[in-house]
Amino acid sequence: MAVEVLMPALSPTMEEGKLAKWLKAEGDKIKSGDVIAEIETDKATMEVEAVDEGVLAKILVAAGTENVKVNTPIAVIGAEGESVAAAPAAVAAPAPVAAAPAPVAAPAATVPAAPKSEPDPVEEVPPGTEFVSMTVREALRDAMAEEMRADPTVFVMGEEVAEYQGAYKITQGLLQEFGAERVIDTPITEHGFAGIGVGAAFAGLRPIVEFMTFNFAMQAIDHIINSAAKTLYMSGGQMGCPIVFRGANGAAARVGAQHSQDYAAWYSQVPGLRVIQPWSAADAKGLLKAAIRDPNPVVFLENEILYGQSFQVPKGDFVTPIGKARIVRAGTDATLVSFGIGMTYCVKAADELAKLGIDVEVIDLRTIRPMDLPTVVRSVIKTGRCVTVEEGWPQSSVGDHIASRIMREAFDYLDAPVISVTGKDVPMPYAANLEKLALPNVQEVIDAVRSVSYR
Amino acid sequence: MSDPVPPPIVAPSTTPPLSLHVPEPAVRPGGKPDFSHVRVPEAGTVRRPPLDVAAADIRDLAYTIIRVLNREGRAVGDWAGSLDADGLRRGLRAMIKTRAFDARMLMAQRQGKTSFYMQSTGEEAIACAFQLALEPGDMNFPTYRQQGLLIAQDWPLVDMMCQIFSNEKDRLGGRQLPIMYSARDAGFFSISGNLGTQYVQAVGWAMASAIRGDTRVAAAWIGDGSTAESDFHSALVFASVYRPPVILNIVNNQWAISTSQAIAGGENATFAARAHGYGIPSLRVDGNDYLAVHAAARWAIDRARRNLGPTLIEWVTYRVAAHSTSDDPSKYRPKEESDAWPLGDPVERLKNHLIGIGEWSDERHAQARAEIDQEVLDAAREAERHGTLHTGPKPSAKAMFEGVYKDMPKHLREQRRELGV
Repeated sequence: MAVEVLMPALSPTMEEGKLAKWLKAEGDKIKSGDVIAEIETDKATMEVEAVDEGVLAKILVAAGTENVKVNTPIAVIGAEGESVAAAPAAVAAPAPVAAAPAPVAAPAATVPAAPKSEPDPVEEVPPGTEFVSMTVREALRDAMAEEMRADPTVFVMGEEVAEYQGAYKITQGLLQEFGAERVIDTPITEHGFAGIGVGAAFAGLRPIVEFMTFNFAMQAIDHIINSAAKTLYMSGGQMGCPIVFRGANGAAARVGAQHSQDYAAWYSQVPGLRVIQPWSAADAKGLLKAAIRDPNPVVFLENEILYGQSFQVPKGDFVTPIGKARIVRAGTDATLVSFGIGMTYCVKAADELAKLGIDVEVIDLRTIRPMDLPTVVRSVIKTGRCVTVEEGWPQSSVGDHIASRIMREAFDYLDAPVISVTGKDVPMPYAANLEKLALPNVQEVIDAVRSVSYR
Repeated sequence: MSDPVPPPIVAPSTTPPLSLHVPEPAVRPGGKPDFSHVRVPEAGTVRRPPLDVAAADIRDLAYTIIRVLNREGRAVGDWAGSLDADGLRRGLRAMIKTRAFDARMLMAQRQGKTSFYMQSTGEEAIACAFQLALEPGDMNFPTYRQQGLLIAQDWPLVDMMCQIFSNEKDRLGGRQLPIMYSARDAGFFSISGNLGTQYVQAVGWAMASAIRGDTRVAAAWIGDGSTAESDFHSALVFASVYRPPVILNIVNNQWAISTSQAIAGGENATFAARAHGYGIPSLRVDGNDYLAVHAAARWAIDRARRNLGPTLIEWVTYRVAAHSTSDDPSKYRPKEESDAWPLGDPVERLKNHLIGIGEWSDERHAQARAEIDQEVLDAAREAERHGTLHTGPKPSAKAMFEGVYKDMPKHLREQRRELGV
C-alpha cells in the first residue's frame, strides 16, 4: 500500500519550511532510515528519513519549493516489502507491529492562526501612513537595527546572538551589519551578562540584553531588580540604567515546566522597571524602539509562538508610546483585557461571542508597567463587565491587579465580579495533551464572558 | 527629566583607543578544520599520582592530557590496567548501545514521535566508563548529554523511550521534557533544563553525605560552555572549603551550540586549571579513550570515598552531532571538523584495543552491533505501543495536578474536578 511522506516539523513551533533538495529520485528503492530529502527552516537544515521500505513512487513537492506547510504530503512511497528492518538470525523475530506508525507524523503545534494581513490600525501613526506586512520576528529585528544605526551607543549581547543569528533568529543579519563589537556572543551566564549589561549601561551605553528565554533569566533577576531598577533611586538620580532586557517569555510548545513561564506579573511588581509585552508586530517594533530610547530599564517580554506571525506594520520611523493600551475592538457589552499571546484567545473569543450577540470590547494592554488603567476603567464604566486573560498563574496575576483596581475605581458600574482567566495553578507539564489543559483557551474566555454577562 | 546617564568616558588623546577582544573559533564553515591548539601528548606519558596527592603537586596534570591507548591501540603507562577483558567488552557494548539509542531516537524525532532529542555521539566513553567506576548509592547530577550513565548500567531502554514519547507509560507522567530523565535508584538525579544548577547541588549533596557519615559520593557534570555559570564557581568554592566527596566533571566537547569553548574562556587556560585557584586537585583526560576515562574516574572516586576530598576532571572530547535536534552545526563549523578531531572515535579505539589483545574481532563486533540495533529497535517498538507524542495513549490528565505538592491541596483538587479528570 502506498504511503504518503509528510512535510516534517523540526520543532513544535515550526509551521513551514523549504524543501531544499531530493536525495532520491522517483523509482529509487528506499530502506527504512534512508535520507530521502533535505528541509531548510529559519533555524536549521534537517534530513527527512524514510520510515517504510519501498519505492519512491512520486515526488509531490519539487526541490527548491519554499514555504511548504508542515504535514503537506511531499512524496508517495509504494511499499514493496513489509518488514521495517531485517532481524539478524541470532535474535528472535520481534512480534509484528500491529499498525505501522504514520510516516513523519509532524506535531500539530497548538499555534494560533495568524490574523493574516488583517488591517491593524495603529492610532499612533498619522493617517495616510503606508503599512507593510511583516512577522513579529522581523519587526523586532528592524527595531534593533534602526536604533543601532541611529545611535552608536546601542549594542546587543546574549547567547547565540551573533554567529548563530539568535536562537530564535531575532538578531538575523545584525552581526554582518554592525560587527562583533556591537553584536556580542556571550558566555553562558545570564547572571553574568545581565550584570555586564547593567555595568555598560552605567558607563553610558545602551545595551540590549537578549535572554534566549526569560526562563533562563531567573538567575539574572538580582541584577534586573536590585541594580537596574533601583540604582537611579539609590544614587539620588546621579546614575541610571538605560537598558533593555528582551527575549522569549511564556509558554512555547512542549518545553516543559522550567521553560514555559510568563513573567509579566513578576516584573510588574517592581518600581523602576518598565514592563512591556507586545502582541502585534507593529507594537513589537514601535515599543522596542521606545524601550531602547527610554532612559529607564525595560523588561521586554516576547513570545516564541508569536515570532512567526504576520501583522500590518507602519513603514518608517514610528515609535509606540510606553504605557498606553490599545482598544483593538470596540464593544458595549463586556470588556476583555489581555496582553501578548493572551490577545490571540481574546480576538477569537470576541468573534465567537459576536455570533451569540455579545458585543465585546477588547483591550490590549501592551505595557504592563506603567499600566494604562484609565483606558480599562473607562471601558468597564461603559460595559459594566470585565474578563482578564493571561497565560501566567492565577495567584497575584496581572488580572488580579486589574480586578482590584476596577473594584476600587468602577465598583458602582460593575454588573458582575471581574473574572481572571489564567493558566492552571501547576508547573507547565510537557505532554501535549496536558500542556493544552494547563493553558487557557478560547472556550474558557467565551465561558467567562458569558458568565459575567449571565448569558 | 534630564538624562541621568553620564557621557561616555573619552580616553586621553595621547592614548590609542581601547578595543574589545572577541574570541573566534580557529575556523568557520568553508575553512579547513584546525585543531593545532589541542596539544596531544603521547599515550602513557603522564604519571599516576598517589590518591592522597596535594593539589599543588599535580598542577602540571591540568595542562596535559592523560591517555592510555596509543596509536597502535595498546594500553600503556601508569594509568593502564584498571579493567579486565570482560570489563572492557561491557564498556564497548555500553557505548555501542548508547550510540544506537541516540540514532534511533533522532530518527523518532524526525518522524514526529517526540519533539526534541539530544545525541551524545563521540562522547560515549565519558558517561559509560565513569558510571562503571561508580558504586550503587552514588549519585550523578548529570547534564542532558549523559544518557550513557543510564544505558551503561542497563537501565531499561523502554523506560527512557516512554518518557521521550510522552506516552501512557512515561514514569514522569508527561510532566517533564523528553531526555530529562530522573532515576533515583540508578543514581541519576533529575536533570534540570536550566544550565549549571546541578553542579553546585552535587556539592551540597556530597556535603550532606559527609555530614551524615555516609560512604556515598556525588558526581557533578557540566559542559565547557556552562562553566561560565555562577553555579560552577560557587561549586568550586564550597568544594574547596568543605572538601566533600564529589567529582567535578567538565565535559569539554569544544562547542556550546555555536559558541566555541573560547567563548567560555578556553583560549586562555584549560578548564582543568580552574581548580588551581581553589586548591582542588585536577586532571585533564582524553575523553575518547575508554581506558583513560575509567582509570581517572576510578582514581577520583576512590579519593572521594576515602575522604580525601574533591577532584576536578576536564574530559577532552568533541561533540560530533548537533547540539540538539533544533540546530544545524554546518552553519557555524566545518562539516569535516569531527573527522579532523585528533582524539579519534571512542568506540573504534576500544574496539581496536580489544582486537589487538585477542579479546574481540571484527565479526564479533558486527554481531554485537546487529544485536544491539535489534534490542534498541525492539525497545522502540515496545515503547511505541504505549503511544508517541501525537499518536496513541497519552499520560493521564490527572497527572498534571500530582506532584505540585506532596499532598494535593484543596484548590488543586477543585481545579482537577472542574476539568473533569
